[in-house]
Amino acid sequence: MLGIAGTIPMEDVPLLTGRLTMADGDILIEGRRIPVNRGTSALIGAAVKTSEVLGTPQPFGYIVGDIGRGVGSRHLYKHLVDTFAEFTFHTFTFHYLQPIVHWHNRLQQVIDGMGKRPVLIADAGFMYVAKMSGHAPMYDLFTPDVGELAFLADEMAPHPFYTRGFILHEENRVPDLIARAYEHNNAARLLLVKGEKDRLADREGILCEVDGPVEGAMEAIGGTGDTLTGIVSALICSGMDMNEAAVVAMKTNRRAGAYSRPTPATQVIDIIRHIPRALEDTLG
Amino acid sequence: MVFENTGEVIQAEGVLKREGCEVRVMGPPPEIQSGCDLVIEFSLIERLNILRTLEKEGVPPLQMVPVTGPLLQPVDIFHIKDFGEYLMVRAANMKLTVEKATGMIVNVSGGGCPDVPYLASAMVGQSLADAPSPRKIGHTLCGYSLQLAYEEARRRCLV
Repeated sequence: MLGIAGTIPMEDVPLLTGRLTMADGDILIEGRRIPVNRGTSALIGAAVKTSEVLGTPQPFGYIVGDIGRGVGSRHLYKHLVDTFAEFTFHTFTFHYLQPIVHWHNRLQQVIDGMGKRPVLIADAGFMYVAKMSGHAPMYDLFTPDVGELAFLADEMAPHPFYTRGFILHEENRVPDLIARAYEHNNAARLLLVKGEKDRLADREGILCEVDGPVEGAMEAIGGTGDTLTGIVSALICSGMDMNEAAVVAMKTNRRAGAYSRPTPATQVIDIIRHIPRALEDTLG
Repeated sequence: MVFENTGEVIQAEGVLKREGCEVRVMGPPPEIQSGCDLVIEFSLIERLNILRTLEKEGVPPLQMVPVTGPLLQPVDIFHIKDFGEYLMVRAANMKLTVEKATGMIVNVSGGGCPDVPYLASAMVGQSLADAPSPRKIGHTLCGYSLQLAYEEARRRCLV
């Protein structure tokens, strides 16, 4: 089963744990309805749609409200530290959490002590803290965009906000940035980099690229990286080889975007609706 | 000056700049980094005045730490992408997209801290003139980055 941990931008939502489904474009968990915006709700929406097509169990969520003060994130970190060792998930994806190094490191110690650990995927704030803490190599997959890749490549930066200017966020420098991230052990075993071209890479370099369909507006649409992470998480959890899952996810996310006929004003829910058709087309 | 959270840093910076103090928002030195951090750099000679001002406004710092080495600088490079009817401004990892004709914020993308979806839901669909500023309702470094993109978008679109 796929586990997903992250926050949603609603201050009054306590920690919710349970199966994730979708109805009428909203996420359902523990009887609560959560609108799909960018962030973890977009990741969940994409993972649920992908699981529906694959016929695999729906993801299991650990979701809490947090509008940036970090209160909900701390609650979620504590719950994960207390319970993660008992988990039997095949794959676990960490997403929007406040980057807090000491909480990450407590969780890392729990995971290190597990006999059999899940496939570990990190994106967004949790990817930031994984890198910041110096433990990036314990993860199986990071899913940065090009700006976040520059942050991974800057061994001095504790957050993308401090990425030094000479490490330019340029698309044509992606191979160099990937090499630099691995050189300083600030990357997961695999990197799936979202950009004008989507790329899968490991320590040896770029393994494959997907460059179509091309929809320039996708860069402006909040949540299109979250959907990519959701799709690849569900594919990996289905048992698909990780490299193959990454390629299928890159193609599916781009196709879903193209099917939505996007403009820079398109919202991510309009792309999520097209994931089933896009995935079916990709899988042939 | 080190504060309880990024939101207080942002608030204190606003207060001090309004009072004419020369301060800079910077990254904390490595020995006191805990996660999503900012500090305020100031000249020691202004210590008393700054402390008095912040205490009066209810945002005193947690501690004042002398630093000898250079602090990390926040990103100050903007990337602009023109989509024709829309303009996208990127600061660090945050992007803000505006419809040129109306000044309406149509998308917020990038970032990974929990206030980003919150800021997006509060700002998307609002005009640049009316939208709440990330400085006021954001709490993290991603929120601060979005503030920079927001200011640049206002500078370019609200003439």
